[in-house]
Amino acid sequence: MGKTIIEKVWERHKVYEEEGKPDLLYIDLHLIHEVTSPQAFEGLRLNNRKLRRPDLTYATMDHNIPTKDRETITDKIAKKQIDVLVENCNNFGVELAGLNSPNNGIVHIIGPELGLTQPGKTIVCGDSHTSTHGAFGALAFGIGTSEVEHVMATQTLWQDRPKTMEVVIDGRLENGVSAKDIILALIAKYGVNFGTGHVVEYRGEAIRGLTMEERMTICNMSIEGGARAGLISPDQVTFDYLRGREHVPDGDAYDVIVEEWKQLASDPDAKFDSTLVLDASEVKPMVTWGTNPGQGVTIDGAVPSPEDGTTDTERRAIEQSLEYMGLEPGTKMEDIKIQHVFLGSCTNARISDLREAARYIKGKKVDKSVRALVVPGSVKVKRQAEEEGLATIFIEAGFEWRDAGCSMCLGMNPDQVPAGERCASTSNRNFEGRQGKNARTHLMSPIMAAAAAVHGHFVDVRKLDAIPASS
Amino acid sequence: MEKFTTHVGTVAALPYVNIDTDQIIPKQFLKRVERTGFGQFLFYNWRLLENDQPDPEFPLNYERAKDATILVADENFGCGSSREHAAWALQDYGFKVVIAPSFGDIFYNNSFKNGLLPVRMPLEVVRNWEERFEEGTLQLRVNLEEQVIEDDQGGIHTFDIDEYWKNMLIHGLDEIGLTLQYSDHIAKYEQATQ
Repeated sequence: MGKTIIEKVWERHKVYEEEGKPDLLYIDLHLIHEVTSPQAFEGLRLNNRKLRRPDLTYATMDHNIPTKDRETITDKIAKKQIDVLVENCNNFGVELAGLNSPNNGIVHIIGPELGLTQPGKTIVCGDSHTSTHGAFGALAFGIGTSEVEHVMATQTLWQDRPKTMEVVIDGRLENGVSAKDIILALIAKYGVNFGTGHVVEYRGEAIRGLTMEERMTICNMSIEGGARAGLISPDQVTFDYLRGREHVPDGDAYDVIVEEWKQLASDPDAKFDSTLVLDASEVKPMVTWGTNPGQGVTIDGAVPSPEDGTTDTERRAIEQSLEYMGLEPGTKMEDIKIQHVFLGSCTNARISDLREAARYIKGKKVDKSVRALVVPGSVKVKRQAEEEGLATIFIEAGFEWRDAGCSMCLGMNPDQVPAGERCASTSNRNFEGRQGKNARTHLMSPIMAAAAAVHGHFVDVRKLDAIPASS
Repeated sequence: MEKFTTHVGTVAALPYVNIDTDQIIPKQFLKRVERTGFGQFLFYNWRLLENDQPDPEFPLNYERAKDATILVADENFGCGSSREHAAWALQDYGFKVVIAPSFGDIFYNNSFKNGLLPVRMPLEVVRNWEERFEEGTLQLRVNLEEQVIEDDQGGIHTFDIDEYWKNMLIHGLDEIGLTLQYSDHIAKYEQATQ
């Protein structure tokens, strides 16, 4: 019987196996950042242990850095965390994309950008959105700080073999509907824990038709469906994206490695433990109304009522979410007004996301009731957007044009949404307090957020004549 | 890591589904570079009112929850962010055991690494304990070696747990120290593949 890509990557990384134990799995790439690494470095120091493979470790700072005057960090505790990362990277010999580096940016944006992320690799990071790298056919998952320390010391992790799940997405997307809508629709349909204990492979015609950046958006939010990791078998789109990137072999070596990568795709007769299906042609622009990413509806829909829940738990959860979000059941999504727009995060702050938003924004103005922010995912994305004239489009429309970082996705830095106010956000989590205490987050695609910025409320981008067809 | 064999303690119950780690420990407290002292920030936005006084409506603030060492919650506890600060905060606050029908995968792993025992129990058992907590004090005896929880009304409930993690907890082992004993295997793997 054939194998899934998940099994193939797993088999190739097994260092040791024994009955009654998890497998000892080798880790090819360890990405680290300022928030979840200091205690791990401290653990190494206290136990007098070495970092086994600094050459397979790469660091950036992204979570708590400011996106305005980024070198002036006024928050002393945040400053210390940044300084400690610099010191740790120096002491342990880890390459760091610091604030002055042209490679700096959100960890899940720079990995692919630099070509560090490659098909067939095992990739970990102390961040749950590490699943992003799965878009390349890597087995990539988020870990806690103790595991970060374990990887630092041993370059391995003890892992139980996960269950495998295929999510088959066929059909063609309608104009105005994006990869973000696919993943939000999937989580709304199957719930925030459909993938618990599983590694998911996204497959099907719609997935094949997506660009690498769109695939990253989908894999990024695998964790919001509870999955340990999400990935996509690599194909020509993957190989073309990687060609010429800094850490990708060039010349003949590129051809050799591509031949290896081609072997990774799941075999046609591979069996998964379970299967879910989604028809891309039925996906509409999505907006979340609640406090988890599964509480979303289509833009032509309305805020649900607790009575729509099928169990007591669900009814109570809807009630609790509505109360926090300050929404009345039955309110049309298009009638909900917003005060903030956040275009950014590891989900949607790549160049194609900014292009998509800019093509709608061009020549328009941000509504006067709205404060809108664009936070590019990396220094490179920022520079490219400036070169392409996207920055000018955003600035002329009234957006604030910021430096790279995680920013308002989790509001660890000064970019926060005030209590009781509403934000149209291209990020990945609408949890209570995520963007600020009592802040109200609505997740959506970049073009939906751009349209909301102009109109001051959610709008169905499919109805807007002004959106030119996607290039 | 401290050894975990048997624990007897009182319960506090949070009858909510999908409690994410952003709630367990909000982001503003992730800037610290230490592993300790996070208990004071546990469920910060839910536990405390605007004036930083305890919210009397929040279950952890009930008088009978004051000395609770066992937390009971609904499905998908600890979903979301990978922040291990969530496990550190629960433990620093005084919890030794967390019981739920299901957990977020990363939180589940993080708990073991810190000697905080996560136990999966069927929904109806969890519901029953949540109701008992609403009515009064509930005490449980959690026996990891036997994989059994006894409640104070004579109810006996077995649970499943991975042998590897069970062993780690019972003996309070240092996982990294153990893995370093496999250094030869790791080196051999590196030679063969790199």
